[in-house]
Amino acid sequence: MTEQIKVRRVPAGGSILQRLSGDRPARPVYLALALLILLGWLLVALDGGQFVSLENIVGIQQRSAALGIVAVGQTVVILAGSLDLSVAYLISLNSLVAAEIMAGGDGAVLPGVTTVLVVSALVGLVNGLIITRLRVHAFIATLGVALIIRGLLDQRYDGPAGSVPASFLHIGYDRIGPVPVSALLWAAVAVSAWFLLSRTRLGYRIYAVGGDAEVARLSGVRTGRVVVAAHVICSVCAGIAGLLLVSRLAAGAPTVGTDGGYDLESIAAVVLGGTALAGGRGGVAGTVGGVLLLAVLDSVFNQLEVDSFAKDVVRGVVLVAALAIYARRRRTA
Amino acid sequence: MKRSLPIFVVLAALLVAIAVANPYFLDPPAFLAFVKRAAPLVILAAGQYFVIVSGEFDLSVGSLVTAEVVIAARLIDGTAAATWPVMVLLIALGLLAGLVNGSVTTLLRVPSFITTLGMMLILSGAVFLWTGGSPRGALSPQFRELGRGSLGPVPWSVLILVVTAAAAIWAMRADFGRTLVAAGDNDRAAALSGVRVPRIRTIGFMISGLSAAVAAILLGGFAGVSAQVGQGLEFQAITAVVLGGVVLGGGRGSVVAAMAGAFTLEALFTLLNLYGISGALEPAVQGFIIIGAVALGAVNFRRRRPAVA
Amino acid sequence: MTGIGKSFLGVRVLQGVDLEAAAGEVHAVVGENGAGKSTLMKILAGVHIPDEGTIEVDGRSVEFGHPVEAQLAGVAIIYQEFNLLPERTVAENVYLGREPVRRGLVDRAAMEKATGELLRSLGEKSFGPRDLVRRLSVAQQQVVEIAKALSLNARIVVMDEPTAALADHEVELLYTLVRRLAGRGIAVLYISHRLREIFELADQITVLKDGARVTTAPASSLDAGALVRLMVGRELDSYFPPRAAGPPGEALLSVRGGGNDRLHGIDLDLRAGEIVGLAGLQGSGRTELAKALFGAEPFTTGDMKPRRPRSPRDAIAVGIGLVTEDRKAEGLLLNQQVRDNAVLVARATGRPRSGTDRLLERVRLNPPRPRQEVRLLSGGNQQKVVLAKWMTVAPRVMLFDEPTRGVDVGAKAAIHDLMRELARDGTAILMISSELPELIGMSDRIVVLRDGRIAGELPAGPTEEAVMRLAAAS
Repeated sequence: MTEQIKVRRVPAGGSILQRLSGDRPARPVYLALALLILLGWLLVALDGGQFVSLENIVGIQQRSAALGIVAVGQTVVILAGSLDLSVAYLISLNSLVAAEIMAGGDGAVLPGVTTVLVVSALVGLVNGLIITRLRVHAFIATLGVALIIRGLLDQRYDGPAGSVPASFLHIGYDRIGPVPVSALLWAAVAVSAWFLLSRTRLGYRIYAVGGDAEVARLSGVRTGRVVVAAHVICSVCAGIAGLLLVSRLAAGAPTVGTDGGYDLESIAAVVLGGTALAGGRGGVAGTVGGVLLLAVLDSVFNQLEVDSFAKDVVRGVVLVAALAIYARRRRTA
Repeated sequence: MKRSLPIFVVLAALLVAIAVANPYFLDPPAFLAFVKRAAPLVILAAGQYFVIVSGEFDLSVGSLVTAEVVIAARLIDGTAAATWPVMVLLIALGLLAGLVNGSVTTLLRVPSFITTLGMMLILSGAVFLWTGGSPRGALSPQFRELGRGSLGPVPWSVLILVVTAAAAIWAMRADFGRTLVAAGDNDRAAALSGVRVPRIRTIGFMISGLSAAVAAILLGGFAGVSAQVGQGLEFQAITAVVLGGVVLGGGRGSVVAAMAGAFTLEALFTLLNLYGISGALEPAVQGFIIIGAVALGAVNFRRRRPAVA
Repeated sequence: MTGIGKSFLGVRVLQGVDLEAAAGEVHAVVGENGAGKSTLMKILAGVHIPDEGTIEVDGRSVEFGHPVEAQLAGVAIIYQEFNLLPERTVAENVYLGREPVRRGLVDRAAMEKATGELLRSLGEKSFGPRDLVRRLSVAQQQVVEIAKALSLNARIVVMDEPTAALADHEVELLYTLVRRLAGRGIAVLYISHRLREIFELADQITVLKDGARVTTAPASSLDAGALVRLMVGRELDSYFPPRAAGPPGEALLSVRGGGNDRLHGIDLDLRAGEIVGLAGLQGSGRTELAKALFGAEPFTTGDMKPRRPRSPRDAIAVGIGLVTEDRKAEGLLLNQQVRDNAVLVARATGRPRSGTDRLLERVRLNPPRPRQEVRLLSGGNQQKVVLAKWMTVAPRVMLFDEPTRGVDVGAKAAIHDLMRELARDGTAILMISSELPELIGMSDRIVVLRDGRIAGELPAGPTEEAVMRLAAAS
């Protein structure tokens, strides 16, 4: 039998990534990413610029780090068959919580970080419980929670508040060689999520619940807990993204999350990476590719000095086109 | 119909609560003013209903409303003569956006959440690309008449709302509406029974686009030109529909209840204002109520769910 | 299980049911739809909690609040519709919810090794633990389900209509598997509508009727007639309505050389007033042929008269109707009222509809409540709604794909009567059924498919052996 298993292994070609991540759908997004980088390099070169510059590479990494972290969290909930529209406001809330607490100086950094993570986890818990216990559709549940957070923010803040000690700014601005600390943070979050999804029981169950909740339930999976756990993970990721943004802005801002459009954009990045919106199929590797794709696109536009509104148009087209291609592949496969 | 009863109870309770705080509220002028304010959202909710009941989402209506208003302002630029042609153009644009949403979703099989999200990005990007970043031009007084003015004591928007509602109810009772629900309930079974599922869903999207165009005409008149006029309206419309007991995923719920959901949302805003809850806290209260209402609906539904022996 | 009782919303579904299954025994549980078999089994599997009564496993009294508790106590259930995740591997499915861990992490290697051993012990060589379930056939998926039950060290395995989706040669393999399970000292509770299987496999038979146990008896003490009498109080003889007397009329639909990627060189005539049975093993292309005639997966080559439909809508316009194999997924709008379902085809194609209520009476919907939501109906009544849906537009050609699957004996007879009536009124009928006695009892002639080609044709009333010879010859 072991012989047979070996024979049955996925064909070797182009599958290192596959075996590494366990999610097949990730491949096309990296192909697209490679093509885009090539195209970007060509266009920028024709334009007389230099695409592959240290500055640009660092820029791409920094731009994508916050979105990347949120999108990793979003991947986890989407795989579980849910969705989180509250991340943008949660990021804003976290930026303020962090900045208000850290205004106390270096000694307050740790309490600040802890509080943010705890607040995030609680919000995730609330999201999860509303969905599983009150049986509210995830779309409405997280939209409702988003509105609640927004109300609290509007009530208490008119503009930036709090501050962070200089030591905390290192996270946002330092880099090790060509790699910014923020990108390392993103990588750490992504690797942890990948590990969680492919090597732990919780990860297996997230796929199971997203694939078919009834099947999972009948196999003894406590589906409610899995969904709640996925939401806690997603919200904690939003918390980490909030911390990262605070370390950039040096203050908390009530609009930092919504200005970045982290809610819908993170969902876009996840589906660009080939994860099924309905859950149960996909993975973190694809999401990382999706985020990088968006960031490189951004960077090309910046270098070519294209109007920012044109970026939105292209993003919309890319998103819809990518999903149309996935749908086609799946039908013909 | 049983499913949608709770929303009418909630709406009635809210109206009573408003009337208690403001005894004049139920007088015709004040009440008409309320209906007038609610009209755009109710119309959007009715349009959104056609998409949701067929099993899809339309996230693009908010940016479509913005785009329509901005386009109208730039094209009309204050000239009265351009009013009517531009209105026709706006209606056509709304239908076109719906056609694209519907075709991409049904023919290319892109999930409608993503299709309409893409449309949202494209519309807002394209419009501001065209106007250079902020709205330009101005609406003509004639254009604004529909959103602001009245025919005798009755505001134009209320009349338009009545016509829209009647048309929506009629459409849902007609074969078109019943087959749309069929497509939302089980698209395979519908297709194997001869329903042209892609076409009928696309028409649903076009109705949603049309409703966005009408809402834009009313909102442009009522509130004037701004880049934020349609912001968040897609979520409000979806919320209203769901408040009305319409199930995300399709096949269940009535259009009357969806419109009642929109009225409920608007009544809620009015009530919050009356009781002096600051504008800032408004979203929070809204969030609680939405979750609460949908949760109650879910619990109710569960209790009535039959045993499958 | 002793004195099991259960009510849903005040409706008594089970009352004082006792059931005892011994180790190493195949115990059939039979009864009409709605007799309470599935509920009883779901109570045993911990899906439902009984209102009264006790359950003992290996002499220990147990109470299950959740399926997992039943699993831990050694009860595994294999449902009619499979409970597998198509996007996950075989091993991941077998160990779903119980993944082996080492140092806190899932031990993939151990999981795959154990799954491989299970598959081997079941004699399964056609796939391995790393294959995606999506890529497996129905029969292979069933093996995965059984491997899952074995991995639970189950003492009791419940199989709910396990052959419903299998072709005859796969059924044979299943019999072997069931006997193998019993041979390991496992008690197999076997639910089926098919009498032949029951007598083939069962040591003991328990008959349920209206939520109560009628009897438990050794299989050897019963015959088919007696069993049906116990289930419904009716003789087996009245099973099939008499065939039409006269010769068939003109051909209403004919295909010459019809083909697509699943079918080759199909020549077929369907004549007015005639019921043509379509036999064949699973995968022989029966459903595909029905769908091709109906334009759902159209022919790409060949001629068809009156014309080759491009889509179901086109087929309906030509006067063809299809009762699909899977009524929940492809036939019904479960959340809509009976009436909306009954007029769906007429509505979709803009045809007149009248006398829906009369039609619902004609299909013997019981009780005839046109405003009831379809999901609340029993399987038999649901199928009658599907029939009503087509009868509103009175197609000249009707294709029936497994019209009586999962339908109780009473409704089955009603459906057979209706098909005969339609034929008498001049409709041309094609009928697919995996139950050979049904196919033979109903058909005026039988066309046998093999590997997407017509293997031969038999006149009315052939023996089962004759059909099988054509279907399985290689």
